[in-house]
Formats: sequence, structure tokens, C-alpha cells
Amino acid sequence: MATAVTTDVGQTPQVRPTRSRRRRRRGRPNWLGGLAGWLWLVIVLVPIYWIVITSFKTQANYYAMNPLKPSTSPTIDNYRMVIESDFATYFINSVVVTVGSIIPAVLISFMAAFAIVRSSGGFMKSVNGLFLMGLAIPVQATIIPVYLIIIRLKLYDSLLAIILPSIAFAIPLSVLVLANFIRDVPKELFESMRVDGASEWVTLWRLAFPLTRPALVTVSIYNGLAVWNGFLLPLILTQSPSRRTLPLALWTFQGQYGVNVPAVLASVVLTTLPILILYAVGRRQLLSGLTAGFSK
Amino acid sequence: MTAAVRGASRTGTSRAGRTGSVTWMALPALVFFIAFGVVPLLGVLGLSFTQWDGIGAIHPAGFDSWRKVLVDPGLPHALYVTFLVMILSWLVQTPASILIGVFLASHARYRGVLAVLFFIPLLLSSAAIAVAYKALLDPNFGLGAGLQIGFLSQDWLGEDKLALGVVIFIVSWQFIPFHSLIYQGAVRQIPRSMYEAAEIDGAGRIRQFWSITLPQLKYTIVTSSTLMVVGSLTFFDVIFVLTAGGPGDATRVLALDMYKTGFQANLMGPASAIAVILVLVAFALAIILRRIGGGGAADSQLEGA
Repeated sequence: MATAVTTDVGQTPQVRPTRSRRRRRRGRPNWLGGLAGWLWLVIVLVPIYWIVITSFKTQANYYAMNPLKPSTSPTIDNYRMVIESDFATYFINSVVVTVGSIIPAVLISFMAAFAIVRSSGGFMKSVNGLFLMGLAIPVQATIIPVYLIIIRLKLYDSLLAIILPSIAFAIPLSVLVLANFIRDVPKELFESMRVDGASEWVTLWRLAFPLTRPALVTVSIYNGLAVWNGFLLPLILTQSPSRRTLPLALWTFQGQYGVNVPAVLASVVLTTLPILILYAVGRRQLLSGLTAGFSK
Repeated sequence: MTAAVRGASRTGTSRAGRTGSVTWMALPALVFFIAFGVVPLLGVLGLSFTQWDGIGAIHPAGFDSWRKVLVDPGLPHALYVTFLVMILSWLVQTPASILIGVFLASHARYRGVLAVLFFIPLLLSSAAIAVAYKALLDPNFGLGAGLQIGFLSQDWLGEDKLALGVVIFIVSWQFIPFHSLIYQGAVRQIPRSMYEAAEIDGAGRIRQFWSITLPQLKYTIVTSSTLMVVGSLTFFDVIFVLTAGGPGDATRVLALDMYKTGFQANLMGPASAIAVILVLVAFALAIILRRIGGGGAADSQLEGA
């Protein structure tokens, strides 16, 4: 590939030998990219804008007025209604499931990543290969046996039923990303830990953990988002309303109040709010983590 | 000298003491992944040779489920819809993601502000997106009806082709931010010297894009496409909430076909057979895309340096 580029660039002067110095100015606007960027912004923002303003309208108001104009007398009744229909329960369920899956998932993935980086044995290579293969397994395809396992463990319709498979499905990507980061830790540091007589277990927590903390945070956020937004596992592994997580609650809420568009949209906003707050706080962590995992 | 010493001591310890002392650290993750990843993967193959209604006892049934699934015209249809969604969403997402990624990686004004807004769809759950769009597209109560624009107030989810188009639009809306993020990161890693050299040689923007940016993004395109293509097999949430496979079977992709067969018609045997087909398709695609990439992650890492 590198050669292809070199020849390409090398050929350019033969194609156009005369035009040389004039275009050295940098920062010429990228019209096509800019156009795509702004167009995309409109496509992203119009629905979001509509969702937010509509959620503050009364139902009567909603039918009567231009849907793209914000209400002159905004109401929070829709939000009150959503909160009164057990929103707190669903919210707590989502928090329990997300935190309960992500902390163990990231910790055991971190340990596994450390083991993969620090050992050169063939066994660890095949373990790594197994995790990499896991990246290609569609979660949906394994859901029937997972359902069977959960029933046999007598965990059906519990939050633990969602947590256990969520941990497993978070492992492959976490191991991949964390192993990449642990590889970046200078070998000399590992060596000096060893000279000081530290065991691998101590090295793991005293050296690798602090140095890869940013990666740990990003992996946690990334997987946390996936679990928080997860729909299939709660749909299949729980049934009683008291075990619903937010995405599932959203779906049933639309089933019940489908005609009341403002209320449905208020529920959408409300379930997204915690993530948006998190995004505002840790945007850099989140976005850099995503690229670290894939373009590296 | 130092390197030689270090190298020697490394091989010495890693062969003997170290491997043994770290291997156990991988065990918790390994156990979890095997229990809820590998075992289900093998289990689904096993279950495809049984008869089970999801509640009662499981009976071995030989090839009954497979015969049933392979004869059912629903399977080729589901495969067709799955590939259609896959190809169309790839065709929409890839050029858009590359363009936006290149734009975001440049140092244009307002870029920072734009970037904050760009990635919002990434944060929403598929369920939330589908619920919101279902309300937005409602022919009677949605945005189009309210604006009283005929074109917008069509029965978006009620006609085969429209519903399919809506699914592709929404999926793109949801995932383009993610892929532009990948491209943005990759574009930033392209050495500036390449562009400087090209500028000295008089290559214009578009020429630079085709001759430098795009070839340099080759591995990123493969990675992003793999994620897109394999990911498209799992567009379950959006379609389930939005159309539940309808109208008729117009958006009944493989994953949805499996869910409906298994959890609504209570035919877990045939549903498992469909799941096996889903896995095979996913693996085949991942392997094909890896071949096209001509190497994979390890090579692309060297390429950046």
C-alpha cells in the first residue's frame, strides 16, 4: 500500500509539471466535506429539535400548531406523567444492570489483557484468538441458548439475568482495546518492577492500572453505553414490569400511549438525559476511546 | 548492549516463571466468555437439532428443524432483506462517513462545535431512536402531517419500499457518527508531509483526496466496513420497535425472523437453525472482508508509522 502511494505521488509531477508553487497556501476550504458536514448537522438536529420542543407541548397544543415551532406556553406535564409511570424503577434497574455489568466486565477484561500482553505462551495466544473471534459473534444469534442457560440457572426475570450475558459480551472488545494500551506501557517500567521484586499481581495494580486508567475509563463508558441502551437481553430475559430497564420501558410506554406523541417524546428525552449529561462531562474520554479501539 | 540484555532477560523470565504466574489472570474473563459466548454459540447448533417450545422439555428431533427452515420461503426472503439492508446501508454510510470524517479532521472553523452535536445520535438507544422516529413519521400525528406537506406525510412505515428506506435512513442516522469518528481518527494519522509533497507537486484538493487520503484510509475502510456489515446483521432493536418486520415481511431481517420464530411462534428448533445461519453469514462476511483487506489490524498499525 505504501508503495502505491509513493508511485502515485511520484507520478503527479509528470502529469502536471508546470503548476508548482502557486498552491502552497494551506487551509483552503474543503467545500465538499463542509457541505456534507453542514447537511449532516441539519439531518441530525432537526429530529432532535422536534423531539425536545414537542415534549414540552400539551397534546391539544401539539395538534393545533406548527410542529417546528416551540410552544408559547411550555408544559412539563408530559415529564410528570412519565416520571409517575414508574420511571424511577426503570431508571434504577438500568443503573444496577449497567454498573453491575461494567465494573466486573472491565476488571476481568483488564486482567485478561494484562495476561495476554505479559505472557508469550501459546495458550495465551489462543485465548486472545478466542476473544478476537468473539468480536464477530452476533449477540442475537446466541440469545436462544443464553435464554436456556438463564432459565436453568433459575435467573429468568431477574436483573442478574441481564448482567451475566452483558459481562460476557463486553469482554472481547474490552480485552482488545486494553491490551493495545498495556502494550504501550514502556517495557523498562515492567522490568524495574520486576527488579524491585514485585509480583505480576502487584505490577498489574501498581503499574498497569494507573497507566491505563484513561483506557479503562473509555472502555467502561463505551460498554456502559451499550448495556444502558441494550434492548434484546431485557426483552427476552425478563418479563415483569418491575424488572424493566429504560429502553424496554420506552417501548412498552409507546405501546400504551402511542397516540400521545408529546408524552412519548418526553419519555425519550428523559431516558436519554443521563447519557447526555455524561457526554457533556466526559466527551473527550468517550470519543477518543471509540477511535482508540478501532483505528489503532 | 542493553537491548541484548533486556531481550535475554525477557525471554528467560517469560518462558519460565512469568507465563505460569499471569495465566490465571485471564481465567475469570475466559470462564465468563466461554459460559455466555462460546457455549451458547455451540449450544445454538445443538438446539437446531431439537424440538423445544421454550418452556417445556427439549426433545431431539434430528434434521426436522433444518428441513423446515430450508424449505420455508421465509428464509430466502429474510436473507434477501438482510443483504439488501446491509448493502444499501453500507452504500449510504461509507461515503457519508468518509466525507464527514475528513471534514471533522480538518481544521475548519466551527468544527469543534459541530463535532459535539454530530455525535449525539451515537448516545441514544436504538429503542429511543426508533420510538422517536415512529412518532415523527406517523402519517396522522407526525411531523409531516403537522407541516401539511404531502411528501412528508406518506405512510412511511406502511408501504414495503418506504419502510425499508426508513430503516436504512434511521440506521444511517444512528451509525454515521460512529464511523465518521473512526475516519476522523484515521485521517489525523496520515502524515502531513504527504499532503505537503502533493501540494508542491501541484495536486489539488480532489486529487489529494483520491491519491493520498483514500489509499491511506484503506485499512480503516476495511475495519469500518466490517463493523458496518457484521453490525447490520444485528439491526434488531430498531426494526423490532419500528416495524416489527412489517409491513407484511418487508423488513423481516434474519435476526427478526429468528426472534419471531423462536419467541413468538415458540419454535426454538427452527429459530436456532436460523441463528446458525446468521452466525455463518457473519463469519463468512468477516473472513471475506479480511481477505479484501489483505492482512488486517496488525498491518494497518505498521502502516500508520
